[in-house]
Amino acid sequence: MALNSPVFPIPTGSLLALGALLFCIGLFGALTRRNLIIVLVSIELMLNAANINLVTFSRLGVNPSLAGQVFSLFTITVAAAEIAVGLALLLAIFRLRKSSEVHDLNVHKW
Amino acid sequence: MVEYAWLAPLLPLVGYVFLLALGRRAPEGLVAGISVILTFLSFLVSLAVFTALGSHPDATGAYTFRWLTLGTHSIDVGFQVTHLNALMLLVVSAVSTLVFLFSVGYMHKDERFSVFYQYLNLFVFSMMALVISPNLFQLYIFWEMVGLCSYLLIGFWYFKPEAALAAKKSFIVTRLGDVGLFIGIILLFLSSGSFDYSTVFQAATSGHLGLPWISSAHLTTLAAILVFTGAVGKSAQFPLHIWLPDAMEGPTPVSALIHAATMVAAGVYLVARTYPLFEASGVALTVVAWIGGITALLGALIALTQRDIKRVIAYSTISQLGYMMMGLGVGAYAYGMFHLFTHAFFKALLFLAAGSVIHAVDTQDLFEMGGLGKKMRITQWTFLFGALALAGVFPWAGFWSKDSIINATLQSGHIVLFWFAEIAAFCTAFYIFRVYFLTFHGKPKDEAKYAHAHEGSWVMTVPLIILAIMAFIAGFFNTGLNNYGLEKYLMADSPTGLIGHVYPDNVALMIASVALALLGILVAALMYWKPVISAEKLAQSLGGIYRLSFRKFYLDEIYYRLIVWTGKLIASIVDFFDRYILDAIVWLLGRAGYMGGVGLKYTQTGQVQTYSVIALFGLMILVAIAMFHVGGVF
Repeated sequence: MALNSPVFPIPTGSLLALGALLFCIGLFGALTRRNLIIVLVSIELMLNAANINLVTFSRLGVNPSLAGQVFSLFTITVAAAEIAVGLALLLAIFRLRKSSEVHDLNVHKW
Repeated sequence: MVEYAWLAPLLPLVGYVFLLALGRRAPEGLVAGISVILTFLSFLVSLAVFTALGSHPDATGAYTFRWLTLGTHSIDVGFQVTHLNALMLLVVSAVSTLVFLFSVGYMHKDERFSVFYQYLNLFVFSMMALVISPNLFQLYIFWEMVGLCSYLLIGFWYFKPEAALAAKKSFIVTRLGDVGLFIGIILLFLSSGSFDYSTVFQAATSGHLGLPWISSAHLTTLAAILVFTGAVGKSAQFPLHIWLPDAMEGPTPVSALIHAATMVAAGVYLVARTYPLFEASGVALTVVAWIGGITALLGALIALTQRDIKRVIAYSTISQLGYMMMGLGVGAYAYGMFHLFTHAFFKALLFLAAGSVIHAVDTQDLFEMGGLGKKMRITQWTFLFGALALAGVFPWAGFWSKDSIINATLQSGHIVLFWFAEIAAFCTAFYIFRVYFLTFHGKPKDEAKYAHAHEGSWVMTVPLIILAIMAFIAGFFNTGLNNYGLEKYLMADSPTGLIGHVYPDNVALMIASVALALLGILVAALMYWKPVISAEKLAQSLGGIYRLSFRKFYLDEIYYRLIVWTGKLIASIVDFFDRYILDAIVWLLGRAGYMGGVGLKYTQTGQVQTYSVIALFGLMILVAIAMFHVGGVF
């Protein structure tokens, strides 16, 4: 590969499509999986889809900048904190009810 | 002195508050002492105001301050002193003082002695404040307070079911009249823009009272008759007289104070106070005269056959109030008030003497008494004075005032009313002496009660003696001896010096009236003292008429059928509407909410994921709507 060949830019549409696909997979997982851990993982997927969108859009505009990428770093930090809390809650629930199945958590049923 | 007239009602109020602070267990001597002294001071103030006014028209005055401003109208409160007010103050305070003194003996050892005096003080305060009110608004407030106190005092022995019922009856029946008075006051305010007497009267006499839907003359008549309905209720005139005899369930001093001398006089006072309004409307005056005449006759006829000593006197009160109203109605303003003045004394006397008798023998049934004169000399003689005054025997007080009214009725051309009055006068002499002979003469019918009888202590006899003296001399205040002082005094209220009419004495009529009264006494003596005529045989031969009188013309029963049943009918219709229509609607609404809740509860799975799916679809719908309507994408 020639060193001076230009970098082939990935088209914006493909990146957004990737983000959309990832989001839909995450949403589907969050809504259909029974295991709470998988649900949490799916939520992480949706967050990452949002990150991809942020990075993608940061390339565009009148003044392309690094702001979007920095912003996604913050999001990853927040996501890490959130998953820590989420897992802690999950553990507490598991200890109490001996189950991590979503269907067993129906205290609010009529 | 006139500007201090507010002290007269204030002193009993002070007494009331003070007794309230002392509490229910206060010693009898202290309670009664304070009350009697304060009312007596109030009487002195009234007397000073009365004399300070003299017969100068200019000496009267109103002292008010602005209380409320409603748009362009304003309401004042304060007090007003006219000759009429001063006379009323004097009568109320004088009778009250004596009744307060008498009650010391009568109510002795009653459990609620202190409460009794509280009510009495409050009542006297309300009555006096009513008298010196400068406008109709303030008058109405105290009018209702008088009604309330009367309710409390009639039902004082509330543990007796009859007393509780009587209190309720008096309150409800007078309330019927009060509604009329209230509507009348509102009408007058709407059309004249003021509650003040002078403004209202000026508008009435100059024909400026009209409202868009009614002419001035008609409105004056309507308002005057409505005001008169208030007086009919309070003064126990036909057809609202039925509460007064039942009100005799209260303690006897209360009957003397409220139902003889002061409260029932409030109605007569109201008509006298608003007299220019009645004068501006001939129809209203005629109504007053006829209602008064009918009441005078009806009361006297019923009193003929009653067995209860207090009820006879109660019906005589109704009858005498009828005379006063008739006097006012035929234009004899001064004579109506004159009769009120003399009647207050001799009727309070009769009630207190009856109270003394009841206190001694512990029964109210005339046919269980008899021969008491030997044991109760003072009561007998004072009662005799009261009876002579009531019967209208020369020269006792009742003779002068009643004869003036009868004379005015004749001279003003009301022939039918004149005969009503004369028949009633004959009946009056008969029934009161029937009571006198049955009570004090003849043989004792109940030996045990007779043995128990005794004269009361000085607190009971002194008021009787004072009232007996007044029952003898009160009439002279408006005779040639006094240069007709009272009527001139009262007439001074009007700038022209003429309210209503006065008539010269008619000696022939006087002789006829006295003869009639003496005839009544003679018949009573023949029937109940030296039984020449058998009362029972007479009653049998007049069976129907006797029963009619004994059963009070069946008016209570008629009212029960007509009014109570109508009320019950309306109530049952309203009850049906409420129960089966309004309640059904409310029940239906509740049921709908409940069923909705039951239906929707099945959507609650408790699953977070289900909720999220629904939220997602909701969001999608919202986004779609936003795209269609706001974004315009499609």
